[in-house]
Amino acid sequence: MADIAARNTAILEGNRRGGLHRLMQRKSTIAFLMALPLIVLLGVLVAYPAGYAVWLSMLNKSMTKFVGFGNFEFLFKRATFWDVFFQSCLFAISAVIFKAIIGFVVAHFVHNIPTKGQRKWRGMLLVPWVIPPAMSTLAWLWLFDPSYSAINWVLMHFGIDRIPWTGEANWARFAVILVNIWVGAPFFMIMYLAALKSVPEQLYEAASIDGATWWQRIWYVTLPMMRNIIAITALFSLIVTFANFDIVRILTAGGPLNATHLFATWAFKVGIESGDIPLGAAVSLFMVPILAVAAAFILRDITKRGSEV
Amino acid sequence: MVSKKVSRRRFVAATTAMSTAFVAAPFVRGAYAAGKLSVGFWDHWVPGANKATEDLIKEWAAQEKVDVTIDFITSQGNKLLLTTAAEAQAKSGHDILAMNTFLPARYADQLVPMDDLMADLIKANGNVNGTVEYLGKINGKWLAIPATVGSQIKGPCSRIDLLKKHAGIDIQAMYPAGAPPKADDWTVDTFLKAAEACHKGGNPFGIGLGTTSDNVDTIGAFFHAFGAVLVNAKGDIVVKNDQVRQALEYYKKLMAFLPADVPAWDDASNNKFLVSGQGSLIMNPPSAWAVAKRDAPQVAEQCWTHGFPVGPKGRYAPFLPFFWGTWNFSKNQSAAKSLLAHLSQSSSAEKMVNASGGYDLPSFEKLTTFKVWAEAEPPKGTLFHYPNPYNHQILSVAAAPAPHKIAEQIYNQGIQTMMAVRYYKGEPMEKVLDWAASEIEGFMRN
Repeated sequence: MADIAARNTAILEGNRRGGLHRLMQRKSTIAFLMALPLIVLLGVLVAYPAGYAVWLSMLNKSMTKFVGFGNFEFLFKRATFWDVFFQSCLFAISAVIFKAIIGFVVAHFVHNIPTKGQRKWRGMLLVPWVIPPAMSTLAWLWLFDPSYSAINWVLMHFGIDRIPWTGEANWARFAVILVNIWVGAPFFMIMYLAALKSVPEQLYEAASIDGATWWQRIWYVTLPMMRNIIAITALFSLIVTFANFDIVRILTAGGPLNATHLFATWAFKVGIESGDIPLGAAVSLFMVPILAVAAAFILRDITKRGSEV
Repeated sequence: MVSKKVSRRRFVAATTAMSTAFVAAPFVRGAYAAGKLSVGFWDHWVPGANKATEDLIKEWAAQEKVDVTIDFITSQGNKLLLTTAAEAQAKSGHDILAMNTFLPARYADQLVPMDDLMADLIKANGNVNGTVEYLGKINGKWLAIPATVGSQIKGPCSRIDLLKKHAGIDIQAMYPAGAPPKADDWTVDTFLKAAEACHKGGNPFGIGLGTTSDNVDTIGAFFHAFGAVLVNAKGDIVVKNDQVRQALEYYKKLMAFLPADVPAWDDASNNKFLVSGQGSLIMNPPSAWAVAKRDAPQVAEQCWTHGFPVGPKGRYAPFLPFFWGTWNFSKNQSAAKSLLAHLSQSSSAEKMVNASGGYDLPSFEKLTTFKVWAEAEPPKGTLFHYPNPYNHQILSVAAAPAPHKIAEQIYNQGIQTMMAVRYYKGEPMEKVLDWAASEIEGFMRN
């Protein structure tokens, strides 16, 4: 009896070992194990802080009581919040549109440069994107300095009056958007350039044979072939631009009169500088639903086109 | 292998002997016998100023046999503020941490009361001004010790030559070195006329209206001079009062004589304005003068630090104290208090003040007459009136006497400067007051 039991246990053990062996040989298991360090890293550096931010946003100011969505309800009633909401949308949307247009145009120029000299141009044009934004924004700060602006100094030599780059609300908005475009346009350029290089030459040849103008070639050949990359780049940039902190923080610190605050800079002002961490967390989390909606629309469109293809 | 068995009897005998030896042995104070202590202090921007603090700490550590770790944390990029917030959240960190202005009140629940130590210090060094008490004594308990390092008065620093040339004011005669001020005529009206004259002369006053500390401190003192309070001590919003209207009217007139870009100024802008030779007056501790001494000696030779103009409700000057606090999760609170007592002695304070070239300002009344302020030059006596040696001014902080949690937000969000800029840019007075009331209402939540 005891022999039979022992034999059964050995068989079970063997099966279990075999099962584990098979499991380890599965591609999905190996893929999971290889991705595990990254998953752990994301869990520690992204999921945990995000979860903690959600928890913080549901506490009262002194962080002693759970208030549910109380902080969000409170924000909806604040005029400054709606100013920040407007400014964040204005900043992100206008910057992304201009970055996309400039990136598209420059990508075409670079694409048409003979291959021999193209690498140098590509390298030079990527410089604004490669420099850490905090550093390049400091250089812009000197150009826009309220009292000693280098740009104003040049303008004055042409008899043009000084421009209050960071001292007047609309000029300040213009300045932060301009710097963001300067930093981000090369990313669009390089993505579009890669996409342009993948458009089959035969399509252009066929279009030329059909007598298409340059505009028709762009409209009917280039743009449809680049649609997915344009959508993904725009989405990626929208997320990064919406969450921008460094440019505004360094250039205007949200001023004058809160006219350039974005969600991130205002969250810092409210949460860290003014000591209301739960409200600061709630402000920063407002970006999530807005970006989620934008992402859903863009990604749905990409999936739809993918299935059409 | 030989195994040696220990019998129960033998084990008991050995442990008893060892315990007896430990108990009977005399206490030998070895190195670091009194444990460890970590301190996080503000990283001074005057080169070499940290050294005095470091030496004082080492001197105390050697005497008390404590192993001390010192971190000098910069306030650039809000590093010190972020460290404080992170330590409060993590309930772990330095045993002593430097905290500015409203932070003792913000972290009141997590700080160790310092009443015993403050009582001794006040007895030895004299009383502290009302602003230090407002910021450091919360609900009747001292929660932090006013620090010498980093504390400052942001009074006017004027150009002697330009005030004389454009406005006909002899500021040295008003504030003579080594003697009490003769500044009865230095009123807010005189100040406004001088601002106009200097503006016309091409050397305007450099008073910022951004939302950073220098700008907020200055407008805060002017508001106090007019008796303009936004929230009273009980926490009631009292924005709509005549004193606030008067203060805003005054600022509207003053802003017409300031550079057009002052709403965008930060804490560096006024310093640059003075050092560049353009400005005839700024509101700053002597750091701008110290930079001028190095970079533009001809400007430094003409600088004179003095008192604020008097308003209808008094002569107020902004005082921005730093504090040293100890977390209630600190593991060596007694050593922390002992170190703070050592750093707050008159001799220690004098060493720190000297190392900072007169920038640092102790909060205790008997510690405002060190030689460094009388001897600083050029010109000789330029800093004599900086520490308010004759209590000529009431030292204040913007947004007081509002309850701390409201005042902190009024201060940090620059409500007063934004009110002034809005009104100056043409927004009707009542709309400005409504806006301020609505913003402050948002700060009332608990």
